[in-house]
Amino acid sequence: MRARGLNKRFGERQALKDVGFEAAAGELVAVIGPNGAGKTTLLSILAGIQAADGGEVETGAGAVGWVPQQAALYRRLTVEENLLLFARLEKLPDPRASVEEMLALTGLGERRGEIVARLSGGNQQRINIAIGLMARPSVLLLDEPSVGLDPRQRARLWEFVSGLAGRGTTVIFSTHDIQEAERYGNRMLVLADGEALFDGSAEELREAVRGEAAEAADRDFETAFVAYLHHRGH
Amino acid sequence: MRWLLLKDLQILRRSPLQAALLVVYPVLIAILVGLAVSRGPEKPRVAFLNEVPENSRISLSGKRLPSANVQERICEKVECVQVHSREEAVAKVESGDVLAALVLPEDLINKINSLSTLSPGTPKVEVLVNESDPLKAGQVDDKISALLAQANLAIAKRIAVEGSKYLNLVIRGGELPVLGSQIHILGLEASAHILEAIEPAVPRGPLRVALSQVTEFANQAGQNLDIAGPLIKRLAQPIEVHKVAVGGSSPPLETFAIAVAATLTLAFVTVLLVAGSLALEREENAYPRLTRGLVSCEALLGEKVLLGTVVGLVVTILMMAGLTIFTPIEWSRFGLWLAAIVVGGAALATAGAALGAVAREVRAVSLLAFMVTLPVAFLSLVPAGAVGKGLFDVIKVITALFPFKPALEAITAGLDPSGGALGGPLLHLAILIVAYAILARVGLRRFARV
Ligand SMILES: Nc1ncnc2c1ncn2[C@@H]1O[C@H](COP(=O)(O)OP(=O)(O)O)[C@@H](O)[C@H]1O
Ligand SMILES: [Mg+2]
Repeated sequence: MRARGLNKRFGERQALKDVGFEAAAGELVAVIGPNGAGKTTLLSILAGIQAADGGEVETGAGAVGWVPQQAALYRRLTVEENLLLFARLEKLPDPRASVEEMLALTGLGERRGEIVARLSGGNQQRINIAIGLMARPSVLLLDEPSVGLDPRQRARLWEFVSGLAGRGTTVIFSTHDIQEAERYGNRMLVLADGEALFDGSAEELREAVRGEAAEAADRDFETAFVAYLHHRGH
Repeated sequence: MRWLLLKDLQILRRSPLQAALLVVYPVLIAILVGLAVSRGPEKPRVAFLNEVPENSRISLSGKRLPSANVQERICEKVECVQVHSREEAVAKVESGDVLAALVLPEDLINKINSLSTLSPGTPKVEVLVNESDPLKAGQVDDKISALLAQANLAIAKRIAVEGSKYLNLVIRGGELPVLGSQIHILGLEASAHILEAIEPAVPRGPLRVALSQVTEFANQAGQNLDIAGPLIKRLAQPIEVHKVAVGGSSPPLETFAIAVAATLTLAFVTVLLVAGSLALEREENAYPRLTRGLVSCEALLGEKVLLGTVVGLVVTILMMAGLTIFTPIEWSRFGLWLAAIVVGGAALATAGAALGAVAREVRAVSLLAFMVTLPVAFLSLVPAGAVGKGLFDVIKVITALFPFKPALEAITAGLDPSGGALGGPLLHLAILIVAYAILARVGLRRFARV
């Protein structure tokens, strides 16, 4: 997946300023930045939900899966009914088999008949993600996927996502949790006020900080990151 | 599209409150309208004392007319409570058990019979009222006045006929039955002829002048009294009402009431369901996921309109079936009013979709849909002439912009041949469907982005 020169305005507010990046097959790219940085805007432009004011997005062959930040589920339907509906809408060859597969993946097989509204936020998020995976996309866009998950669920999520990447799926996820980006991302794209400030590995980011604020560079990654933003006026 | 439809029906089934409202509300409307149509205002209770001898009849010129069934006729219009004495009647009126008592005295028929004789009496009926409740007393007064006016009119017509007969007898002559025997009356015309024949035989002089004066009088009287006949008949009903229906025939009240009940049901079920269901797609954040290649915005709108039309149709038909308990429905015209309900429902559903496109909270949208539908429904029922012309023109424009009024017109036309043509309202609805579909699409594009 490749994006170049993406711009997006909401009235006075410039949500994205000339953002571009590339992600290869099997790569895990973390889009990090504070709230309001433009992460959701970037991912939804990549997903085709919104049109950019300028710039272009290229996706290779294969579907692009998208998991929105807020769970997009029918809370009055059961877990199984939700999965089956989207499997049918995706026109999957065997919708029921795909539902079984996703139930196994999310570990919610036992609770298939439960109304989604009665599930915890973490379990709802798991179904939300499962729906994005159902069509076996070659690129997966995850907008703050771990919000609302407890540490154990988080670990299972990343284990699963890493597995997908290991089998060649390109995964682009956004987060404002720096540790998570460092731990699970192969690469990180730092966004602040709509600008892409940095694109590279966690180690490269530390290197950059070392030249500017040496004392912050070797402490925890979050401190290094805040120093990096601070140095650039954010 | 069918999977989305299935999903919406599942959601509806899981929302017992909404589903119950969708059923209970139309049933309530049906019962209210049904009661209003079949009952009318409550009949007042009136004590009835009939002292007229069993087999007395009104007779004219010696011929007895068949029984007038006074009692039956009166008891059709009020609820009669039979009493057997005047005291009992008074007691019932005083206790408030009845609003009034009507006493037909023993000599009533004889007095009526005397009207067509040469010595007419005055027939009287007695009405005892309790005036403690002014509103009801007024109601009784009105009823009695109306009954009395009817009775007086009928009697006056008969008297006029009798009067003309006597007049005819005087002019043309004939037999007058008196005390069982017939008296021959010569009549003015014959008198004049006789006098004319005698005249030449009388010697010229004052006697012959006097005779010719009498002859002339008999002639003139005969001619002029002729005119009096119609005059007397006219006297019985001086003013005759000639009713001409101008500008559109109107269907019977029952048909109109059924059409109103059906359109109200259809409008509320369809508009609220479609608007709410479309807003739900956004409230659940599903809209972007769906329109990202799974379904087009148009297909989603189509599905909602279909959902609203189908559910609205089912509920409306069930309600109309319920209405048949109270009043008959033209099932032979089923095809026509079915078409009216389907097209009307589709138009209302499209309007609901346009409303549902503007906001993402189901509650806000439901409130909006209610706030639009209720006043439009109300305005659509304002008849021409009930308000000033300028205001009515404004109302006409407003109600033409929303599908309620044309749907009402279509359903009325579908139910009854006198309800007007079906084509006009259907075309109107078709235009509104296109217009609201465009509005709904623009609304979704404009407001439903992430
Ligand atoms: N639909 C919208 N209309 C107006 N402003 C928006 C809209 N979506 C996002 N924004 C603004 O764009 C900026 C970036 O938002 P977003 O991409 O959601 O940030 P993040 O996901 O990084 O928290 C924010 O200032 C936000 O207020
Ligand atoms: Mg966001």
